Amino acid sequence: MSGSGEKPELMINGKRLDGRGAKDLRSLKIESNVVKNAAGSAYVEWGNNKIIAAVHGPKEALPKHTSDPERAVIKCRYMMAPFSSLEGHGRTGPNRRSTEISKVTKEVFENVVMLEMFPGTQIDIYVEVLQGDGGTRAAGITAAAVAMALSGIPMTDVPYAVSAGKIGETVVLDLDMIEDNYSDADMPVAVKPLTNEVLLLQMDGSFTKEQFKEAMDMVIESGKQIRQIQEEAIKKPYQDIIGRYEK
Amino acid sequence: MRIPSATKEFISDLIANNKREFGRALDEYREMEITKNVIPHAEGSAQVVLGNTKVLCGVKITVGEPMHDKPNEGNLITSAELLPMASEDYETGPPSPEAVEIARVIDRGIRAAGIIDTAALFIEEGKVWDVFVDIYVINYDGNLFDAGTIAATVALLSARMPKLEGEKVISEGIKDKLKTNGIITSCTFAKVANKVFIDPDGNEEMFMDARVTIANDGKEIRAMQKGLRGGFTLQELTAAVAMSFEKHNELKSLMEKTLGE
Repeated sequence: MSGSGEKPELMINGKRLDGRGAKDLRSLKIESNVVKNAAGSAYVEWGNNKIIAAVHGPKEALPKHTSDPERAVIKCRYMMAPFSSLEGHGRTGPNRRSTEISKVTKEVFENVVMLEMFPGTQIDIYVEVLQGDGGTRAAGITAAAVAMALSGIPMTDVPYAVSAGKIGETVVLDLDMIEDNYSDADMPVAVKPLTNEVLLLQMDGSFTKEQFKEAMDMVIESGKQIRQIQEEAIKKPYQDIIGRYEK
Repeated sequence: MRIPSATKEFISDLIANNKREFGRALDEYREMEITKNVIPHAEGSAQVVLGNTKVLCGVKITVGEPMHDKPNEGNLITSAELLPMASEDYETGPPSPEAVEIARVIDRGIRAAGIIDTAALFIEEGKVWDVFVDIYVINYDGNLFDAGTIAATVALLSARMPKLEGEKVISEGIKDKLKTNGIITSCTFAKVANKVFIDPDGNEEMFMDARVTIANDGKEIRAMQKGLRGGFTLQELTAAVAMSFEKHNELKSLMEKTLGE
């Protein structure tokens, strides 16, 4: 919604600029265990987004005052690389946007990670956006969920995230950067698929009640597809090991 | 604290007997894989995988202002980010002295070899091109100097040169290349058990007494940096310099293969 200059035509004859229909996801690929030193990690290519998520821990919570004797604490860092955008050179270090995204990402995982099993410890989630093209927080959460599962830290479910929005009066799924800049609504959502509980919800722009419902339905529907790709990524390292023994 | 997967005695005994983990020779690099254009949004980019070390470099070229003391030259700005995901030893926050050293050594080699002609980055009075070289360490397993230098050099040599149309920078789809000259490689040596060897991995760096990096362009040495408490004899240094020229051709042909793809 912060687009400057003339607003481009984002939808022509029901097709979006990249040829997608309203309910289509961009291409989504997840590669497992790309950071050897992490307990679990995943690299996601979601459209033109390229993001690495890695999980470290559980380990002793430091500094001491951040530790909780009842449960593990989650610390999350979401960061955009200075070369991640087509325009300009980004500043390194946290800003207000990345601080907020880190916080809402952390809260998603506080719901699903079985924190009580590791009192006094911390679990680190790192989300590094190497190339950003809209929907990075959703892609980061989707990747971090795979990384968390691969780390072996017990979870009650593997969440996914995707954004929905609105172009003109059409509700659309999975906005890219141009759409995000000029769209009439943007709403990232993270979901716990077992119960369809919403673990992250942010929105700006304008939705009618009906449009909100339509957008949520779209998110849940696409979740089946995202969840399947996550599952395949989680199974892959184990299938590779089994494959080696079967040879 | 990072926990090494081998003890100091184990590593030292191996090296004292001219051996290393995974059957590597003292003058042998780990397998290196170089990929260019991994981040299409950046004007140039390259990833270097050296054993388990993984380094990504992104080059952004934007309009900026010249330095006061060099009003007719563009700027080369090199930084290194040791991502906290890359090692238990790395933390969030401002760049550590280690990150600053890595960035400055890589910068010196590229600058001294004249890879970038900063005078050619002049646009008009008060306006020049800034070339940002950002080195991102994704996984640490030793020898970030060499992996970083190679990633930065390949990223620069494959970078596109944006165009200025009025106030607008046009970068996407541009075929013009950033003007560069020559190529630079660096070789890092470590010392354990009084023996000098090339391309230390994470375990070897944990126990090394001294480290030296030598960057050369095939003809001349362009940058050097010695680190840590231990020392090198003159003999050890001349041998390392000779080895760095020998390895230059090996590394250069790997880089040129990637650049030619």
